[in-house]
Amino acid sequence: MVPLTWYLFLAAALFCIGVFGALSRRNAIAVLMGIELMLNAVNINLVAFWRYTDLGQMTGQLFAVFVITVAAAEACVGLALIITIYRQRHTVNVEELDTMKG
Amino acid sequence: MINYLSDFFVNLARSWTAWISGFLPVWAVTVVNYVIVAVILVMMPVIATLTLTWMERKVIGRIQNRIGPNRVGPWGIFQAIADAVKMLVKEDIVPDNADKPVFNIAPILIAAAACLLWAVLPFGRNMIGADLNIGALYVIAIGSFTTVAVLMAGWSSNNKFALIGAFRVVAQLLSYEIPMVLSVAAVVLLVGTMRMGQIVELQTVPFVFLLPTTFLIYMLSAIAETGRAPFDLLEADSEIVAGYFVEYSGLKFGWFYIAEYGNLMAVAAIATTLFLGGWRGPGVAAVPALGPFYFAVKILVIVFVLMWIRGTLPRFRIDQMLGFAWKVLVPAALANLLWVAIVLKLPVPTALQWLLILAGNLITLVVALTLLGRAAKQYAARRGLVSA
Amino acid sequence: MQQVAFAVLSLITLGAAIMVVTTPSLLRSALWLILAFFGIAGIFVLLNADFLAITQILVYIGAISTLMIFAVMLSSKVMDPHQPRFNEQWGLVGGFSALLFVALAAIVSRVVWPVAQGEVPVDTIQRLGADFVGPYVIPFEIASVLLVVAMIGAIIIARERE
Repeated sequence: MVPLTWYLFLAAALFCIGVFGALSRRNAIAVLMGIELMLNAVNINLVAFWRYTDLGQMTGQLFAVFVITVAAAEACVGLALIITIYRQRHTVNVEELDTMKG
Repeated sequence: MINYLSDFFVNLARSWTAWISGFLPVWAVTVVNYVIVAVILVMMPVIATLTLTWMERKVIGRIQNRIGPNRVGPWGIFQAIADAVKMLVKEDIVPDNADKPVFNIAPILIAAAACLLWAVLPFGRNMIGADLNIGALYVIAIGSFTTVAVLMAGWSSNNKFALIGAFRVVAQLLSYEIPMVLSVAAVVLLVGTMRMGQIVELQTVPFVFLLPTTFLIYMLSAIAETGRAPFDLLEADSEIVAGYFVEYSGLKFGWFYIAEYGNLMAVAAIATTLFLGGWRGPGVAAVPALGPFYFAVKILVIVFVLMWIRGTLPRFRIDQMLGFAWKVLVPAALANLLWVAIVLKLPVPTALQWLLILAGNLITLVVALTLLGRAAKQYAARRGLVSA
Repeated sequence: MQQVAFAVLSLITLGAAIMVVTTPSLLRSALWLILAFFGIAGIFVLLNADFLAITQILVYIGAISTLMIFAVMLSSKVMDPHQPRFNEQWGLVGGFSALLFVALAAIVSRVVWPVAQGEVPVDTIQRLGADFVGPYVIPFEIASVLLVVAMIGAIIIARERE
C-alpha cells in the first residue's frame, strides 16, 4: 500500500516544476505548458485525498473532472490568443509583449 | 471430454495455469499468463494485415472485374507474405533534416494504438483481455491518441506535403470522433454499463435491430476514423502522395500498414461487439467455444461490406467530408442520444421502450435522408447540373 | 508491488516534467508533456480512479496536446534552439521553486492526515453520473456553458481577418 504522503510529495514536486516552467520561460506556449503541469499536480492531490480519506462520496473525482474541463477551456482560449498575437507581432516571446508597460 | 471441448479455450487456459503453477511462484504465473495474452493480442493486427490485405485485393479485384493476385500460392494467399518480405528488405531512408527520435517513434506509437484496441474486445464468454469498467470509453481514448502520433509522423518528416497531410488527418479524426462517441454513448445508455463483456451478455436482441441509425452513424464515423475510402483523401496517391507517411520506407511503412489494417479489423470488432451481439449465436450457450468463430464470422461480414464500399464509391473532398461530419452526423447522433435518453426514462415496459427507440431511430434516418436529398437537389440546381 | 509501480510511474512523470521545462525545442517539449500526461494517467489508475485516467488520456492527450502542437507549429520559428529559452531571472525562479517544494514537503510530512482505509466502491461510474445530475448539476451546466463560450471565443479570436 502506498502511503498518502508519497502522492502528496509527487504532486508537490510536479507543482514546483510547473512553477519553474511558468515563471522562467520566454515562450508563451512554454508558459502554458507549465500551467498545465500545475493543474495536473492539483488533480493528483485531489484524487489522492479522495482515495485515502473520503471514499464514501465521489467529490474528489468530480472536482478533478471539473479542473480538467476548465483547463481544456483555458488552454483553448490561451492558444487562440497566442496564435493571433503571433500573426500580429510575429513573436511569442513574452518579454516583447509589453506595449502596456507604464 | 465433451465438457472439456465445449468450453475449449477457457479450459485450455485453466489447464495451462494449473500446470505451470506446479513449478512457478504465484507472481510468475500471473506474469507469464499476461505475457502470453499480450502476445496474442499484439498478433491480432498482424494477422489482420496478412489476411485482410489478401481479402481486400481479391474483393476489390472482383468488383473491378479482374481476378486479383493469383500467382503466389493457390488463389494468391501467400501474396501478403511476399509483400511483407519485400517490405522488410527495403532500404530504410531517413530524411536529412528530420527529427530522428520523433521520426522513429511515430510508427511505433500508431501501431501501439492499433494493438491496444484489442485488449477490451470479448472474443467469447470469459475470453477478454481486460474487462475494464470503462471498456467503451477506453476504445475512444485510444482512437484519440492516434491523432497525436499522426501529428508526430507528419511533423518529423520535414516535408510540407506530410505536414499538410497530417493536419488534414487530424481534422478528419477529430471531427469524426464526436459522432462515434455519441453513438457509443447511446448504446451505453441502453445497456447501463460500459463493460464490453457485459454489453455482449445483455444483447439478447442484437442492438442493430433496436438502433439501426446509431449503427449506421457508428459505421460511417469508423470508416472515417480508419481513413478508408471514401474518406481516404489523406492517403490516396492521386491526392497527396501518401499523406503523412510519405517519407517512410521499409519496415516503418510496414508499421503504418499494419496499423491501418489492425484498426480496420478492430473497428469492425467493436461494431460487432456493440451492435451485432459479439460472440452470440445459435448454440453458444451450450458450447461456449463456438463464441470466437461467430465473432470472426461477424467481423468478416462487416469487413467485406467495408471493402465493398471502398470499391464502389468515389472519394470525398475535404470540405465535403468535414461538412458531412459536422452538419449531418453530429445532429443525427445528438438527436438519437436525446431520444434514447428520453425513452429510457418513460415508465413503460421494456419491450415498448425498445419499439419506441426503434421508431425514433427510423424517423431520424428518414428525416436525415430527406434533408440530405433536398440539399443535394439545391446544390445540383445551383450548379446547373443535371437533376433527374 | 504497488510501490514499485508508483516508483516507476512517478519517475516517468517527474522526468518528463523536468524535460518539458528545460528542452529548447518547443515541439520536443510538447511531446515530453504528453509522456508526463501518460504518467499521470497511470497514477490515476493506481489510485483506483479509472474513469479519470481515461478522461485524462481522452481530453489532455487527445485534445489539449494536439492543440498545443498545432499552436507550436503555427506560431513559432520552429527548430530554433539559438534563442535563449530562459529569461534572465531563471536562477531566482529555480531557487524559489526548490524552496516551495521544501516548504510543501515539510508541511505534508508533519500533518497527521485522517487516513481512512475504506472499500473502493465498485460502481464509481454510476455514482459519478448520479452526482453530475444530482447534487452537482449547477457546476456541470456552468462547465458546459463555459466550454461553449471558450469554443466560440477561440474561433472568433483566431479567425483570419479578411
